[in-house]
Amino acid sequence: MTTRTLLQAINDGLHTVMKEDPSVLVFGEDVGVKGGVFLVTEGLQKEFGKERCFDTPLSEDGIVGAAIGMAMNGLKPVAEIQFQDFIFPAFDQIVSEAAKLRYRSGGQYTAPMVIRTPYGGGIQGGLYHSQSGEAYFCHTPGLKVVIPSTPHDAKGLLIASIEDPDPVLFLEPKALYRAVKGEVPEGHYTVDLTTLREARPGKDVVIFCYGAMVPVAMKAAELASENGIDCRVVDLRTLLPLDEEGVLEHAKAVGRVVVLHEAPRFCGYGGEISALIAENCIEYMEAPITRVAGFDTPFPNTLEHHYLPDHRRVLDAVERTYHF
Amino acid sequence: MSPNEPLRVIEPDGGVNGYDSRLTEDQLIHCYRTMVSVRVFDEICLKLQRSGRIAFSIPNKGVEATQIGAASVMKTSDWLFPSYRDFGMALYHGVTPLRMMQNMFGNAEDQAKGRQMPVHFSFEEPIRFYSISSPIGTHIPQSVGAAYAAKLRGEDTVCLTSFGDGGTSSMGFHSGLNFAGVWKAPVVFLCQNNGWAISCPVEEQTASEGFAIKARGYGMPGVLIDGNDLLAVRKATEEAVERARAGEGPTLIEALTFRMGGHSTSDDPTRYVPKDMVDYWAKRDPIERFEKYLEGVGLWSPEMGKALYDEVTEEIKEAARQAEKISSPALDTIFSDVYAEMPPHIRSQGQAAFDLARTRGDAEAGDGDFPL
Ligand SMILES: Cc1ncc(C[n+]2csc(CCOP(=O)(O)OP(=O)(O)O)c2C)c(N)n1
Ligand SMILES: [Mg+2]
Repeated sequence: MTTRTLLQAINDGLHTVMKEDPSVLVFGEDVGVKGGVFLVTEGLQKEFGKERCFDTPLSEDGIVGAAIGMAMNGLKPVAEIQFQDFIFPAFDQIVSEAAKLRYRSGGQYTAPMVIRTPYGGGIQGGLYHSQSGEAYFCHTPGLKVVIPSTPHDAKGLLIASIEDPDPVLFLEPKALYRAVKGEVPEGHYTVDLTTLREARPGKDVVIFCYGAMVPVAMKAAELASENGIDCRVVDLRTLLPLDEEGVLEHAKAVGRVVVLHEAPRFCGYGGEISALIAENCIEYMEAPITRVAGFDTPFPNTLEHHYLPDHRRVLDAVERTYHF
Repeated sequence: MSPNEPLRVIEPDGGVNGYDSRLTEDQLIHCYRTMVSVRVFDEICLKLQRSGRIAFSIPNKGVEATQIGAASVMKTSDWLFPSYRDFGMALYHGVTPLRMMQNMFGNAEDQAKGRQMPVHFSFEEPIRFYSISSPIGTHIPQSVGAAYAAKLRGEDTVCLTSFGDGGTSSMGFHSGLNFAGVWKAPVVFLCQNNGWAISCPVEEQTASEGFAIKARGYGMPGVLIDGNDLLAVRKATEEAVERARAGEGPTLIEALTFRMGGHSTSDDPTRYVPKDMVDYWAKRDPIERFEKYLEGVGLWSPEMGKALYDEVTEEIKEAARQAEKISSPALDTIFSDVYAEMPPHIRSQGQAAFDLARTRGDAEAGDGDFPL
């Protein structure tokens, strides 16, 4: 075990699989000599050479399209999109191609690949370096969507994603890259892509969240406990496919639910969690399911601290739910 | 001249071989002053960023002549579709340093209402300097649409569309140039080849021997020029604009230049740019080059240069001082301008945010009752 930041854990994960499996390639814009704009891929080109870790021309469409071709021809591409905000030129390749290839070819062709990309706010990045686009992708059958929130999970989920037979979008909470530290096992291990994680036990209110919102929920839970409210925090971490059973178990056990994400509320991922619970165990609910989310506006710059849900907004929702 | 020799006007000794820029003395000085302003604006923003007073900036040192030479050809009835490394075009046409500083601080006076990152300017007067978007290449087909609209509406308008070497790999580059060629749209494409797209060298961006020759594939002329030679940029842009105004369609200009700083304040170029390359370009500074020319025609002396530098520095420092004093945008700027008319769900989110900010006491200065 070594203490690592989330960023170091991802680097460690890439390093681990590249060492074990020569078919794993890492590429994207500025991932080589520079080691990525956040330095997630630092040192990989030096260790594994330009054939295994390299820069591409400035085309997300090209990056993902080429990754699909490599994946169907025996390599294991781990493509980086520099910011999730810049993934949209590749939307067609992801949604129309990677996600549907297995289905449309009757299983003859597949695209086992990983697209890693930093998402979310908190770095004063304005409209185009802050977005949380998970909902666009979770609406895409055939794709898997993963978001870690701890260094341990980041490495284990990444290795599991690279080994998965289907395309995985691996969204990295950039606000947590250096902000969270934790114990990370050495070498190869995986965290499976089908189960959520209870981040904090509690019996009064359960907060479902993921990625950069997990520490926000934890802080709100701490503050709530000072007021005598015992919050459970559940880190969903694999958004698609979702551990539906796990969600329902936690919802039933607690009976009061807050769903938290930083993406806009309308048609956001929280709507899915909310509907799942409402459809399957509404009779267990002692209060309306409450969503805390980003506003239904583009992401501002100067006022991002008002836009991003913080522990106070979460606490406010927890208290309303508890006292309903 | 071989096709790979870039067009050059200003010789090392400052001579221009009889080229007539048709710029008056005042205009020549204005070009010079604007280049110096860009450099000083940069220096000051770098200091502001290093001391934590602004979040971010994008250096232009070394690329000033390309922006200013091209901008000097455009009329205020034309449109500029700039990249994030082109704000000198706005300065040239009379956008004040203060208006730009408001954006750098993202304050209540910023015309983009503090929504964009610094350097992502948007102005509509005195010239249309189209709102800068971070996603690379998206503005290229948009500029073609605007230019074609001008043509259909019978307006005498040309669009100047600027992007980097990296931008040529975007889908927008391909669709934009393709459409422009087919429609004979009055647009001038200015590819600023500064050798790098962040850390990606141009040889890894394209296997083509250059960008100018790509024009051929889209059915338009391509011109390779020395981007550190303001008059060469002007000459090539002038010819391209004339073609566009005459209804002969688009032109692609490739300007060879080099950014002497990092990609942005978040970047450390020493990690990837070879030192001898920096030394090579340091000897080809566009401002010094233009000074040589101005000196030859009796418009420049070291004293004049120093006085102008000091004057510009004071002006921009004062702009920064003023912009820093202005408060943050009001809370309602998060919710306005999403649509022409605010839908109820956004209104209620705004109201809730405002109520919460008020109970916590951290509403922004200038926030009254939620006004929308
Ligand atoms: C679609 C898209 N992908 C990636 C980025 C991140 N990015 C910002 S600038 C840049 C390099 C651009 O290089 P170039 O076009 O040569 O312009 P320069 O910065 O050299 O002026 C990259 C990769 C982006 N802004 N948009
Ligand atoms: Mg460039």
